[in-house]
Amino acid sequence: MANSNIFFHSDLNSNTQFVVGLALCTLGAIASPEMARDLASEVERLIKSPNAYIKKKAALCAFRIIRRVPDLMEMFLPATRSLLTEKNHGVLITGVTLITEMCENSPDTLNHFKKIVPNLVRILKNLILAGYSPEHDVSGVSDPFLQVKILRLLRILGKNDAEASEAMNDILAQVATNTETSKNVGNTILYETVLSIMDIKSESSLRVLAINILGRFLLNNDKNIRYVALNTLLRTVHVDTSAVQRHRTTILECLKDPDVSIRRRAMELSFALINGQNIRAMMKELLSFLERSDAEFKAHCSSAMVLAAERYAPSSKWHLDTLFQVLLKAGNYLRDDTVSNTIQIVSAAPGERQAYASMRLWTSLERSALSADATEKQPLIQVAAWTIGEYGDMLVSEASNAISMVDDDGVDDFTRPTEEYVIDIYQKLLWSTQLSITTKEYLLLSLAKLSTRFTTRGGQDKIRVIIDTFGSHIHIELQQRGVELSQLYKQYAHLRPALLERMPPMEASTATERERDDSDTETEQPLTNIQTEQNPLLDLINGSELLANGDVEHTPIAPTNNNSNTNVTECVVRALERNGVLVELCAVRGGDTATLTMRARSHAASTISDFLFQAAVPRTFRLDMMSPSGTVLTPQGEITQVLKITNPSKTPLRLRIRVSYSIDGNPILEQAEVNSFPPDLFN
Amino acid sequence: MMQFMLLFSRQGKLRLQKWYVAHPDKLKKKITRELITTVLARKPKMCSFLEWKDVKVVYKRYASLYFCCAMEQEDNELLTLELIHRYVELLDKYFGSVCELDIIFNFEKAYFILDELVLGGELQETSKKNVLKAIAAQDLLQEEETPQGFFEDHGLG
Repeated sequence: MANSNIFFHSDLNSNTQFVVGLALCTLGAIASPEMARDLASEVERLIKSPNAYIKKKAALCAFRIIRRVPDLMEMFLPATRSLLTEKNHGVLITGVTLITEMCENSPDTLNHFKKIVPNLVRILKNLILAGYSPEHDVSGVSDPFLQVKILRLLRILGKNDAEASEAMNDILAQVATNTETSKNVGNTILYETVLSIMDIKSESSLRVLAINILGRFLLNNDKNIRYVALNTLLRTVHVDTSAVQRHRTTILECLKDPDVSIRRRAMELSFALINGQNIRAMMKELLSFLERSDAEFKAHCSSAMVLAAERYAPSSKWHLDTLFQVLLKAGNYLRDDTVSNTIQIVSAAPGERQAYASMRLWTSLERSALSADATEKQPLIQVAAWTIGEYGDMLVSEASNAISMVDDDGVDDFTRPTEEYVIDIYQKLLWSTQLSITTKEYLLLSLAKLSTRFTTRGGQDKIRVIIDTFGSHIHIELQQRGVELSQLYKQYAHLRPALLERMPPMEASTATERERDDSDTETEQPLTNIQTEQNPLLDLINGSELLANGDVEHTPIAPTNNNSNTNVTECVVRALERNGVLVELCAVRGGDTATLTMRARSHAASTISDFLFQAAVPRTFRLDMMSPSGTVLTPQGEITQVLKITNPSKTPLRLRIRVSYSIDGNPILEQAEVNSFPPDLFN
Repeated sequence: MMQFMLLFSRQGKLRLQKWYVAHPDKLKKKITRELITTVLARKPKMCSFLEWKDVKVVYKRYASLYFCCAMEQEDNELLTLELIHRYVELLDKYFGSVCELDIIFNFEKAYFILDELVLGGELQETSKKNVLKAIAAQDLLQEEETPQGFFEDHGLG
């Protein structure tokens, strides 16, 4: 490297300009940090050369050197300023490039160069106003390369600077109005101007002008210009949404462009433009785009639509309709979470909507089953199966006739199916070899649910036959499901109606309000079973409720002896209170070891048996549990148990507890975390 | 700033490459191969821009040759098209209605012209006349420095 630098030194000092030029060219292309440091002073000297040929090359070398080693910028500053006073366009453009790099490099230099704004404006003005100069003319535009470079530097200088922006407002307006737009060159300059107008603190009229230029671009025949316009609109849409909104129809038109890159931009831009007012119209366009779009768009487009629908849905009916349309049109490209989201929305909807959903989805399900394209739309089948399974009774019932099934186009294509027909369609789908296992699982469970929704004898038998066939299915998961569900027809038949109850709305924590309308003792049993199973789950969801249970009851009981020197104090923490069982922990300090006494009291009406209290502490603690005073809690009775906790690190105590017991033979499991012990428990 | 420029034929043969960023040879080969395949796969109806990795690729086809430039994000795509056009004009002026064979056999001239137009990835001269003048002067210099019959004497003529 040292050797090659010697050659550089001699070449850079050559008398032949072309030898110097070649050396600069090589340096500019390589510009390794070592070279840059070694040769920077030579380059700086050459910038000051009177020869324009060498000057411009040296300026670009300096640009590369600064990009490689930013610390070297300082030494070039004095020579750079004078580059702008040159007449030669080569020197001017390289000078502007160099200054641009310097300004992007450090905010101080940016401030230093703010004062050149008038110079730049003058150069630009001369370019526009000067007559035809054959040397720099490109199809009627005077040196577009230089114009673009200056516009870009103006943008950097005017950003977040009202004064500088003010100084360039006029010239930007002039460029924007005076530039010939029939050729690519003119549009190149306009494009750069628009970018500058949007980036600096420009007047609002100028911004409107800029957006209108982009609007014109969108209508241009040249696809490159359309692409650039969409790209720029996408960048500016967050600055001035309302101005971009005016070109909405043109943007939507671009969704039909033959060029895939343009379609992609148009799609992204459309999503950026959606708001509460235009959601209906936009979604309509986007739905038809989704239908005919390529596979690569479908996933992205559908999830963006689902998000937009959720955010701006004008009504819940519209929301559901849109979701179903997306399901229908995106087919298998839909992301998985959309299925669960849609199911959740259906489950949280009012009853009438649920009936509507099941009827709508039935139409789609029936159609896909008959036209054998169900394999292409598995997410739709899954949602449809879930919904029909849950609300199948409303689907077949005449009572739902009141619900209007007329869609946006004024067509009512819903015919109420008979129970047996629904089951036939299910059978067709379940026996198809193409559907995925997940979809079949949805269908099978849904069918089992339908057995409690449907009333006719014939239907029941059919369902039973179908379920039984799955007992020997080749796939283990489906087979197991088949066997389990068949059991619900045999010795556990009494459990079936309750087990296959309608799911509660998924959002709310309404399991506690589950109606136990059936006083039948046979169904009482499974119901409570479900409840106990759900409790740990609910605890996870209802974090707040759990917290409330473990909350502090910070009542330090007055020390038994009032001697302030003794640090034996006592405090009681309420750890858990549910189903009439209250668990309190009474802590007594004692240096490294604290003694906790667990007291469980019952206010329940019946006797609680098999009471078991368990506790866990972090690893740094040691926990010794004594045996409890008993396992049976009579009403108003009490069980106590002593825990000794040793904590050499004296960190605050965190305790996890788990209480299990049974009321009237129903096992119950509760968990809680108790963090509300006084922090100075171990002192 | 331009990161690199590639010229390749419709058959995917690389005719000219100029790199303004340092990459190991292996990576250059990989980039070239991938980019040529991507560009050739695009249909004529599509626009000339391609977002490819972290660069904006601007390409244009002239007869059987693709001119392909990799630009940075903040560069003006439309101006790059003008730059490519300028280069083609210069080649055309220099060779006199340039064709692919001119570039294959006189690749060093094609490089010289590019070096007079672009330096370190940025445009250095906006006047066509100046570029051609510089090239002509350098050609002259080369002729003067090479003694008459030098190549012939060494059996290279």
